[in-house]
Amino acid sequence: MDARYINPFLEAVRSVFSTMVHLDVELGRPQLAEALPRYDVSGIIGMSGDVVGSIVLSFPTPVAVQVIGRFASTELHPSSPDFADALGELVNMISGAAKAKFEGKNVSISTPSVVIGAGHTVARPARTACISLPCRVFCGDFSIDIAIREQPSSAVAA
Amino acid sequence: MRVFIVDDSRTMRNIQKATLATLGHTDVEEAGDGQDALSKVDAFGPDLILLDWNMPVMDGITFVRQYRAKGRTTPIIMVTTEAEKSRVVEAIKAGVNNYVVKPFTPESLCQKVSETLARAGKAA
Repeated sequence: MDARYINPFLEAVRSVFSTMVHLDVELGRPQLAEALPRYDVSGIIGMSGDVVGSIVLSFPTPVAVQVIGRFASTELHPSSPDFADALGELVNMISGAAKAKFEGKNVSISTPSVVIGAGHTVARPARTACISLPCRVFCGDFSIDIAIREQPSSAVAA
Repeated sequence: MRVFIVDDSRTMRNIQKATLATLGHTDVEEAGDGQDALSKVDAFGPDLILLDWNMPVMDGITFVRQYRAKGRTTPIIMVTTEAEKSRVVEAIKAGVNNYVVKPFTPESLCQKVSETLARAGKAA
């Protein structure tokens, strides 16, 4: 996957976490990933237009509880609808901030979905490599998994 | 000052409400999408609308077009992840008065709210 599509996510996750969650994020080396996601709680968003695919923001439950609590300024249980709402808004902001840096590309994002449960999987779009960005905050690790590719213009026209 | 917040995320509406409260604006009504907003907005009669773009059922830009088509002039601030220049231009052409990109700091939202109300001749 082109680095032009990875670097915007590095900037976006730092920006969203520092501005809205008041946390500094330590980023690890991006790596190719096969089985996704690695954790229990996932916010998922789709991209369409000149770039297509999906973004998965995934946390272990205890880390998600801490992060979502700081974002929403209140402690939320994972079974609460507000917990899913807040997680969806986080992946929405990260994806939106990243796609704004895709120069010259017209990209739309879907409304987010949230999946909660140990061992869940998220299907990767066909013919699309997935890059996982390992992230660390004070309370533990989480990841952003990016499976996107450019849509050939002929396919868009069709 | 009556402020109408339209966003499909309750978390985001709560964040915006808390920020508005620091400016003393506590008379707030909420809607979760554009269609919900159209059904509530005239009864509430807001002085200012804070509006998300990407929402289910009816998105924010469609709300703006339909609301302005009815001749309503209440100032609207788009509060959205849509940061591309082309989107900002599209929103302004549709009738949006100001623009805040998520993520935002409370200070930046307060500044846009005050600026927009002042431009509209309403006390901030």
